[in-house]
Amino acid sequence: MINAKPTLKSTLKALLYLAPLLIVTITFTIWPLISSFLMSFYTKYNYFTNQVKAMGGANFAYLWQNPDFHLAVRNTLVFVIGVVPLTVILSLGIALLLNQINWLSSFFRTIYFLPFVTSTVAISLVWNWIFHQDNGLLNALLGGSVDWLNDPHYSLTALIIVCVWRGLGFNIVLFLAGLNNIDNHYYQAAKLDGASAWQQFTNVTLPMLAPITVLITVNEIISSFKVFDQIYALFHGQAGPANADLTMMYYLYQKFYVEGQYPVAAASGVVLFIFIVIITGLAFWYFQRHSIKIWGRRS
Amino acid sequence: MTRLLKNVIRYGLLTLGALVMLLPFAWMIVTSLQSPTAVFAIPHTWFPSSLQWGNFSKAWHAAPFARYCFNSILVTFITTLGQLFTSILAAFTFTHLHFCGRRTLFAGLIALMMVPGELLLIPNFVTLSRLHWIDTYAALIVPWLASIFTMFALRQAFHAQPRSIYYAARLDGASDWQYLWHILVPASRTTITAVAILQIIASWNSFMWPLIVTNSDRLRTLPVGLTSFTSEAGTNYPLLMAATIFVIVPLLILYLGLQKYIVAGITQASAKGSSL
Repeated sequence: MINAKPTLKSTLKALLYLAPLLIVTITFTIWPLISSFLMSFYTKYNYFTNQVKAMGGANFAYLWQNPDFHLAVRNTLVFVIGVVPLTVILSLGIALLLNQINWLSSFFRTIYFLPFVTSTVAISLVWNWIFHQDNGLLNALLGGSVDWLNDPHYSLTALIIVCVWRGLGFNIVLFLAGLNNIDNHYYQAAKLDGASAWQQFTNVTLPMLAPITVLITVNEIISSFKVFDQIYALFHGQAGPANADLTMMYYLYQKFYVEGQYPVAAASGVVLFIFIVIITGLAFWYFQRHSIKIWGRRS
Repeated sequence: MTRLLKNVIRYGLLTLGALVMLLPFAWMIVTSLQSPTAVFAIPHTWFPSSLQWGNFSKAWHAAPFARYCFNSILVTFITTLGQLFTSILAAFTFTHLHFCGRRTLFAGLIALMMVPGELLLIPNFVTLSRLHWIDTYAALIVPWLASIFTMFALRQAFHAQPRSIYYAARLDGASDWQYLWHILVPASRTTITAVAILQIIASWNSFMWPLIVTNSDRLRTLPVGLTSFTSEAGTNYPLLMAATIFVIVPLLILYLGLQKYIVAGITQASAKGSSL
C-alpha cells in the first residue's frame, strides 16, 4: 500500500473505484463526443433504427448555403460582441468599487450575486414582463414606447441586457478573488516610488489581474456562444421576431428537436464547437502576447 | 473632503447598480401581489393598495406545481449525491492509489472538461431513446451522475490532506475504504459542501436537458413546468410572477443561508481554470 509501484492487484482495485465515474463518462461524454462528429457526416440516417445508409459532407454544404444558419452565426457573433466586453468591464468596475469599501461590502456582494443562483428561465420571464411595450416597467422608467420584444431592431438588445445583468455577479466574485490575491507589498512599493492612484491601477492592479481576466473573458465567450435558456423564456419558445434572436444554439435546438434533422443539427454543433475553439484560442493568444508586454515593462 | 466625496461616489454607484440588480426581483414580487387588471394600470404602483395573497394558491393549483417541485427536488437530490459519490471515489483513486496509466487517464478526463456539453445533446438523446428512457427519471438523472469538475475539485482537496494520516491509518489496520469515508471525507467537508451547492444550483436551474427528455407533465421539473405554464397563464402576469417565485425562492433561501460556501466554491473553480 505504501510502496509506489503499481501492481496488477492495485490497478484492478483502482479500476473498481473508478468504475462508476468512468462508466457514466464513457457512455454520456466520450461516446457521444465521437458520435456527434460522426453523425455530422451522416447523409442518409434513420433515427428509429439507427441505420446509416450514406455518409458525406452534405450537411456542412447545407449549412454553408442555409440563410437561417448564416443569420444564426451573425446573430451569435453580434450577441457575443455585445455581451462579453460589457460584462467584463462592468464586473471589473463593480469589483474594484467593492474592494475599496468596507462598510456594507458583503451586503452589496450578496445583492450583485443574486442572479447567479436564480433560474435563468424564471428571471427571463420576469424580464419579458418588464420589456412589455405598453405596460412594461422599462418603458415607463425610460419614458419611451419601444417594442423591445417584437421589434427586430431591439430584440437582440433586450437579450443582451438580460444576459449582461445575469452574468455580472459570477464574474464580480471571480474578480474579487483575483483582487484579494494581489500582495499588498506591490502597492506599498508603488506608493514609496510616488505612484498616483491611477498609476497604481495601471501598473499593479491591471497586470496582476491579467490571468483572471483571461479566464473570465474566455469563460464568458464560451457561455455566450451557447446562449439558449434566455431566448426560449424571453420569446416564449420562439427565436425572437423574424428570427432576430436566432443563435447557433437555438438553430441546433430547432433542427434537432423541432424538425428532427439530427445530422444537420449535429453538423451545426460541430461548427459551433469549432467557433468556440478558434475564438478561445485567439483570446488566449492575444492575452498571452499582451501580458508578456506588461510583464516586460514591469521588470 | 476629497475622501468623503470619493466615498459618496463609490456608494452612490454601488447603490445604483444594486437597484438595477434588485429591480426584476422587486417587480416580480409587486406584480405577484396585484390583481390581473391592476398590473396594467399606468402609472405603475410599487405599493399596491390591496394585496392579492390568493394569487399564490391560484398559481400553485393552475398547473401541477406540486409535482414539478417534487421532481425538481428528487432530481437535484439524487444527481448531487450520485455525483459526489462517483467523484469522491475517483478523486481518492487519483490521489491515493497506484495503478498503471494514472497520469494519462487523469489528463484525458481533464481535457474532457473543455467539451461543451451541448455538443453531446443529440447523441445522448439517441442513446436514451434506444434505452427507452425518454420521459423517465433515469433520463433526468443518470447522464449527470459523473462530473469531471467535481472530481477535479475534490482531487485538489484530497491532495492537500497530510499524507502521514493516511499511512498512520493504514498501519493501524484501516482499509482504504474506511480511511476514505471515516477520515478523508470528513476532513474535506468544506470543499465537498462547496461543490455540492454549486451542483444543486446547476441541477435545480437546468433547463434544456429536462425540456428535451421529458414529454409529460408527470416528469417536468420546475423550470420546464414554468415555461409550459406561460402559455396557459397568457397575460395573467400576477399568476405568472407568482409561479416564477416558486422556482426562484427555494434557491434564494439556500443561497442566503450558505453564501460563504458558494463564494468559496466559485473561487476554487477559478483556481481550477487558471491552473489549466
